[in-house]
Amino acid sequence: MENNLKKVDIIFEIDDKCTPLDVVVKTLKRPADEIILDLIDSGLKGRGGAGFPTGLKWKFARNEDSDVKYVICNADEGEPGTFKDREILDRVPEKIFTGMAICGYVVGAKEGYIYLRGEYNFLLKPLTKKLEEYNLFLKKNNIDFNIYLKSGSGAYVCGEESALFESMEGKRGEPRNKPPYPTVAGYNSKPTVINNVETLVYTTMICRIGPEKFRELGTKDSRGSKVFSVSGDTPVPGIYELELGMPLHEFVNEFGDGDVKAVQVGGASGHCVPRKKFNDTIIGFEGIPTGGSMMIFNSSRSMYNVLHDYLEFFAEESCGQCTPCRVGCQQLLKGIEAVKKGERSPAYLDDLKKLTGTMKIAAKCGLGQSVGNPFNSIIDNFREEIIY
Amino acid sequence: MLTTEALVKELVEKNGKTRNSLMPVLQGIVQKEHYLSEEALLSVARELDLSAADVYGTASFYTFLDTVPRGKNIIRVCKTITCHMKGKDEVIKVLSNALKVKVGETTHDKKFTLLTANCLGWCHKGPVMLVNDEIYPDLTPQKALEIIEEYAKEEKKA
Amino acid sequence: MSKYLVNLKINNMPIAVEEGTTILEAAKKLNFRVPTLCNHPDLTVAGNCRVCVVEVKGARLLAAACATPVSEGMEVFTNSEKVRVSRKHIVELLLSEHNADCTKCFKNGHCELQDLASEYRIGDHVFLDLVKPESKIQDISSPSIVKDDSKCIRCQRCVRTCTELQGVSALAVINKGDHQKISTFLNKPLHEVVCTNCGQCINRCPTGALTERNYIEEVWNAIYNPSKFVVVQTAPATRIALGEDLGIQVGERVTGKMVAALKKLGFNKVLDTDFTADLTIMEEGTELLTRLKRALVDKDETVVLPMMTSCSPGWIKFQEHMYPELLDNLSTCKSPQQMFGAVAKTYYADKINIKAQDMIVVSIMPCVAKKFECERPEMRDSGYQDVDYVLTTRELAMMIKQAGIDFDKLEDEHYDSILGESTGAAVIFGATGGVMEAALRTAYEIVTGREVPFTNLNIKPVRGMEGIKEASIKIKNVKPEWSFLEGVELNVAIAHGLANARALMEKVKKGEAAYHFIEIMGCPGGCLGGGGQPIPTSPEIRKKRAEAIYSEDAEMTIRKSHENPEVAEIYSEFLGEPLGHKSHDLLHTHYKPRKRY
Repeated sequence: MENNLKKVDIIFEIDDKCTPLDVVVKTLKRPADEIILDLIDSGLKGRGGAGFPTGLKWKFARNEDSDVKYVICNADEGEPGTFKDREILDRVPEKIFTGMAICGYVVGAKEGYIYLRGEYNFLLKPLTKKLEEYNLFLKKNNIDFNIYLKSGSGAYVCGEESALFESMEGKRGEPRNKPPYPTVAGYNSKPTVINNVETLVYTTMICRIGPEKFRELGTKDSRGSKVFSVSGDTPVPGIYELELGMPLHEFVNEFGDGDVKAVQVGGASGHCVPRKKFNDTIIGFEGIPTGGSMMIFNSSRSMYNVLHDYLEFFAEESCGQCTPCRVGCQQLLKGIEAVKKGERSPAYLDDLKKLTGTMKIAAKCGLGQSVGNPFNSIIDNFREEIIY
Repeated sequence: MLTTEALVKELVEKNGKTRNSLMPVLQGIVQKEHYLSEEALLSVARELDLSAADVYGTASFYTFLDTVPRGKNIIRVCKTITCHMKGKDEVIKVLSNALKVKVGETTHDKKFTLLTANCLGWCHKGPVMLVNDEIYPDLTPQKALEIIEEYAKEEKKA
Repeated sequence: MSKYLVNLKINNMPIAVEEGTTILEAAKKLNFRVPTLCNHPDLTVAGNCRVCVVEVKGARLLAAACATPVSEGMEVFTNSEKVRVSRKHIVELLLSEHNADCTKCFKNGHCELQDLASEYRIGDHVFLDLVKPESKIQDISSPSIVKDDSKCIRCQRCVRTCTELQGVSALAVINKGDHQKISTFLNKPLHEVVCTNCGQCINRCPTGALTERNYIEEVWNAIYNPSKFVVVQTAPATRIALGEDLGIQVGERVTGKMVAALKKLGFNKVLDTDFTADLTIMEEGTELLTRLKRALVDKDETVVLPMMTSCSPGWIKFQEHMYPELLDNLSTCKSPQQMFGAVAKTYYADKINIKAQDMIVVSIMPCVAKKFECERPEMRDSGYQDVDYVLTTRELAMMIKQAGIDFDKLEDEHYDSILGESTGAAVIFGATGGVMEAALRTAYEIVTGREVPFTNLNIKPVRGMEGIKEASIKIKNVKPEWSFLEGVELNVAIAHGLANARALMEKVKKGEAAYHFIEIMGCPGGCLGGGGQPIPTSPEIRKKRAEAIYSEDAEMTIRKSHENPEVAEIYSEFLGEPLGHKSHDLLHTHYKPRKRY
């Protein structure tokens, strides 16, 4: 079968003639508004999963009137099935630092923070060393920006931006009410740009290669490329940078083991796509957006186990403050157990599906809002596996 | 070795006497003492002028900030689906047998605690476990055993 | 600075409100009530129960009305299909983690969740029961407060109350996800932690998760025990709030009806804590003047100033936990409740020829900390536990209902004598600033021979709901024996609510304040906002109760404590003089430092 899957090398590419250090020095000579325009032109959207246009986010923060602003790199990668940020942090951290420094220049922030998940503590030492060198380099070049490392301690929900601020402020990582949004009141209630690791690398690269080259990749709604974390039933698990907007069947042809039953796109909080829908599923903002997690399941896998695993994860990792999420997650988990054991009729699954409708619109943050994604897509496509 | 109180004072000195320092201070204690004892929590509350319940409430939010005694080496086996598919149950079984503890328990000699964890971010190399801050991907039951034996040997030397 | 007006529509009705108004507030202006659980007028916005979700046209998500500010052109629907489905789901979810054994609950009929369930006609439980068996084990370690986690819906009002209003933080949210709950430091029982027993959490708990430890049955048993002589005392703030629980509107005084009801319940004597409030003024006022004399005349460096009031048991325990280094600043006077108990089982028992061991003293208090206070080991100076049972205003209302008394129709009756006479000065003990005002009315007159220089004795600067109030009174033309006070500017401060108390204590500790006398009440608004008062509470309700207290004072014939004839009588017949030997034995106490967690 013909395969148009386009592998790309932007994120991890290393060019000794134009290092991230060169990029920061060069870029900071340009007017800030021009940089924002470039980012907007590039069509870059946040790579953490939510997909907010990066250029706009920077613009909003730039327009805020405040002496103190912050740039934060969200390295609290916790979505099950995602591991690309760890690789980026390990292999090309200077590209992240550069994205942060450029952002600091654009929005008028002097401090940047990397919030690294506790599970990646083994990266603390090498990152600290590289950061020290980088900060020194900034100082030598009279760039008034300094980057600090903060570490998480095992809480998935801290990947939610406002929960991350709470955690950095020494509190329980409970998401805040919005508005205000981070660009108005984020860390320490100051205007804050918070970007995912990968997004920051793309901003560096767009500054280097120009927005046009980035725009050439992908589709109208999903410009550029994206790093995918491929795991599960695949002979070639790992990290791949691919052009956005690909049909799922091409992805499966490339990475599947020949017996693929379903792909969970976007991690535990994403959508489960069954084989019959591979052909008409586009990976991108016009189809199924993803933070990069692609978990492949072959026909030997029980989708009940998959769903049960996800729900257990959400029941444990919900911050617990809002009702739809705290209680809803437990009800979904106990609910499928009850149906499996025959304590509730299969029709109870439909009650639970309705409940996910409420969770989707009434939960306080993205965690509770998205639990319905795996729930409904697995129930709808593998109902008999849940019941029997 | 520093007393808990001295350790807390040192960490507060280093990170600053503000609420924003709470996480690094608690992390620093866990680094040294493996968990947050009553004494440690009270000491942090005193030094940062926070309520003890508030400090405890904050710590208990975070999986890695344990408030129950833990062994010197904390093993966290990833239990998320891809590691599950690649055999984390077998890994847990051999570790549990070798250490003679169930998940959540600490060995009598206080050397090891066996825990599970949500996604550790190594789904392409499962099953995987953390021992303290060290990561061990591509595990087999046999490999997991050997790793733990190495730690046990280190313990004996010490 | 005037704020912008924002135009929006709620349920198709246009309205313009100030920028920064929440959807909830705007809807209220149009007479649309959006249900709430975690929201409370005294607390910061949480937005976590999600019961108040509303639909905003064009928005992907429903908005929490309590936490979302209005914006120009917004179109809000408070009862659309989406809203109704979601709200019902949310109530059902809350019920699924709630021990909904309503008929056996102390809060049955007074539960906000029950009201919502009834409003939404929640029938059969759709969802699975998630109540954890271990959560049904109540914490009854505290003599004041019962904590029942199986009733808790995690709205966190209690945590915000304990932290924001009271600055205590005995309660915190712990764990996350399915293990999240409201607890104490390392899940210790309430009596071991910094809980001051103020009971403000009870006043704001929407369900039965936090309630007072009730002693209704014990009191019934005492009343119907023929070998016991049961006397009851009523605190100043009960008479202006009891009606709220008995169908009477907020702010209406029910002193006479309350006395009548207590007599109908079968108490042998109905007496007034106001009497010992006046006695407190005599003792505390004298103590203050003595401290001032020792400081100014004797140049005694061991004398501790500012002196601080000691009527509020929540405040006392707060101080014991948080500022043990300032315990000597506290007046050694017992609270009026405990003075009453000590005097009742000695002086009064003698007078009416009843053996102290046969006497039961019951208090009706606006307070739950009083339940703890009466059990303090120091409070047995009569040779018995001075006060046997403390009932809250709410518990009294329940007893009145149980007895089938038609409260509204009762004719006013008078307190029994003796120990039933009181003054306006005693009544205002129930409001923040009241003890200060009463003390000043008396002390100023003792020192100068003249009434305080305020119109109608109303010392306005110490009144009102400001968190911390300060005032100064210049003392001039004193009597010869008080010449050392000539020209002295007496500086006083008043705080109510323990967060304000904490702020004031920090000032004192840092030496930033040259006060002579400080009044602290543990609860917002003083006793009128006490943890034992009718629920709900809000700034408006407390304001109305305060107005009622001051109007009660204004109508009293005697308005100065030292003019209470029964007070004069007890000194001449029994106590001798203020701070005298007998007073020292019966009316004064000491405090002990406690752990801070």
